[in-house]
Amino acid sequence: MQKEAAIREPLILGHKTYHDVTEDVCRPIEDKAPKMWYILFGIALVIGLYGVGSILYLLGTGIGVWGLNKTIGWAWDITNFVWWVGIGHAGTLISAVLLLFRQKWRMAINRSAEAMTIFAVFMAGTFPLIHMGRLWVGYWVMPIPNQFGSLWVNFNSPLLWDVFAISTYLSVSLVFWYIGLIPDFATIRDRAKKPLAKKMYGILSFGWSGRAKHWNRFELVSLVLAGLATPLVFSVHSIVSFDFATSVIPGWHTTIFPPYFVAGAVFSGFAMVQTLLLIMRKAMGLEAYIHTKHVEYMNIVIMVTGSIVGTAYITELFISWYSGVEYESYAFINRATGPYWWAYWSMMTCNVISPQLMWIRRLRRSLLFTFFISIVVNIGMWFERYVIIVTSIHRDYIPAAWSMHFPSHIDIAVYIGTIGLFFVFFLLFARYFPVLALNEVKTILKGSGQSYKESPDYHKHH
Amino acid sequence: MSDKVLYVMYDDDEVLKNSAKQLVAKGVKISEVFSPFPIHGIDPIIGIKNTRLGIMAFLYGLTGLTLATVGMRYFMIVDWPMNIGGKPNFSYLENMLAFVPITFEFTVMCAAHGMAITYLLRNKTLPGMPAQNPDPRTTDDKFVMEIRLSENAKVTEAELDGMLQEIGYLELDKKEIK
Repeated sequence: MQKEAAIREPLILGHKTYHDVTEDVCRPIEDKAPKMWYILFGIALVIGLYGVGSILYLLGTGIGVWGLNKTIGWAWDITNFVWWVGIGHAGTLISAVLLLFRQKWRMAINRSAEAMTIFAVFMAGTFPLIHMGRLWVGYWVMPIPNQFGSLWVNFNSPLLWDVFAISTYLSVSLVFWYIGLIPDFATIRDRAKKPLAKKMYGILSFGWSGRAKHWNRFELVSLVLAGLATPLVFSVHSIVSFDFATSVIPGWHTTIFPPYFVAGAVFSGFAMVQTLLLIMRKAMGLEAYIHTKHVEYMNIVIMVTGSIVGTAYITELFISWYSGVEYESYAFINRATGPYWWAYWSMMTCNVISPQLMWIRRLRRSLLFTFFISIVVNIGMWFERYVIIVTSIHRDYIPAAWSMHFPSHIDIAVYIGTIGLFFVFFLLFARYFPVLALNEVKTILKGSGQSYKESPDYHKHH
Repeated sequence: MSDKVLYVMYDDDEVLKNSAKQLVAKGVKISEVFSPFPIHGIDPIIGIKNTRLGIMAFLYGLTGLTLATVGMRYFMIVDWPMNIGGKPNFSYLENMLAFVPITFEFTVMCAAHGMAITYLLRNKTLPGMPAQNPDPRTTDDKFVMEIRLSENAKVTEAELDGMLQEIGYLELDKKEIK
């Protein structure tokens, strides 16, 4: 049994039993979906299909349909890629890093955060794939023996490192998530009344029976996967930042990029988790499991990573001046005062100022305020990538080549479309999957459940 | 061989653990425990050895490390050395820094997937496998001990019943296996 200080706020509110935990998590799956679910799903599906249509048009016509030009060869595509990968950093951080640090509050949120991670990385992966223009030769990024004189992919290139990093991250996160899901699927299987549901959850649960030896293996596999996924979380966004940092473009060629990008990724990922969970806990009646304390913990992570990001912005600015390199200074002066000043200052306001408000206890425990800030942070983090990518290249060394980037409607449709698809996946997840690691939550019920903590026997056990 | 199996049910993990302790002290062999979540400390009581999957993960990781190193050396140094900006790839060591990210990623990929696949195979939990828990409530809030008479030659069924009466349980189910 887990031991916990009595003065800590309980992680599970109310007087729950093991059976209540099962009931609370399984009921939304077994009941009919509320009307709101169908409405949201419909909206997300329409937007998602519009995105798919735009992608098909793009593939049929060529990436000239994007608003790129000779100077700005990379804009929304890579911005969206980095934005989605960043969002996809919270889930594995919550389930892996917090598992290693024995943070029990992660148990209420890890399942949905990880689902969000996986869907976000799906969306991220779309962009480099369609960016190839010829999607059908996408397998050329793999070192496969071929007829072109055995020409290999360039292992010196950060773009290839990205291929390996993203595919490893996606597949390992998926496996980690699914291994945790198996026992919970078994719970749903054993409760299912309808034959089709019983059959489907029977297949999904892989015949899990909860034997002691299996739990022994389960715990070790979770621990080792967490140990493997932890450096993975940090490496993936470091490698994404290498796409820029190893180039020679002023504004990109920056040694602080890896830690700065990783902090930014965690920052935006947690913001997205807040956005989704604050709605989900209400809609699915999970207020007893995901409550103010969880939100507060996440806000503290947002505050810390936001401060790292803010420090990085200011360091970057200072070094551009201190370096004495004219081009480096110009890149940053141009960002702050050039034609893209509005993007730069939106980024600064959203990412530097807003997380600092979390120092105030009342604000970081306010659900409404948290929801608002989580949206602000996600907007800010999109602008961060846009600022880094577009403002660094829109004015190059030849003033005659200077240009501006105007997104085409396909740029916008593909981006909005991925948001739609993301919500299609997430809504399906919320409807059919156990959104809470229910069997894991049961392990902390006696250590951190309100009724147990308040009972006079609680202290005798320790 | 015909066998009789006793399924002793509890509604609390701590209670099951205490009962298991008392039974084992009396020389009863408990062949299996089914629970909705891991019961910490049950393994040594019923004599389950710690899993060696961690060692396997290490070996799979080592395989990934080796494959990545050998592969990249062959692709980039031996088979098609590139000369980028007058800096040719002469040896693996000179070029190694650029290979670190992929070496790391590939090591993690092999270790994670290798271990996950081994885990599923060793558990015999694969898509479409039938559930084997004796009672559907063991994935909800009940905890079941399985005692096989064939594994407990020293005690008779009546003696076992007596012990269980004394220790206490929630439900007792007996099943003949042919």
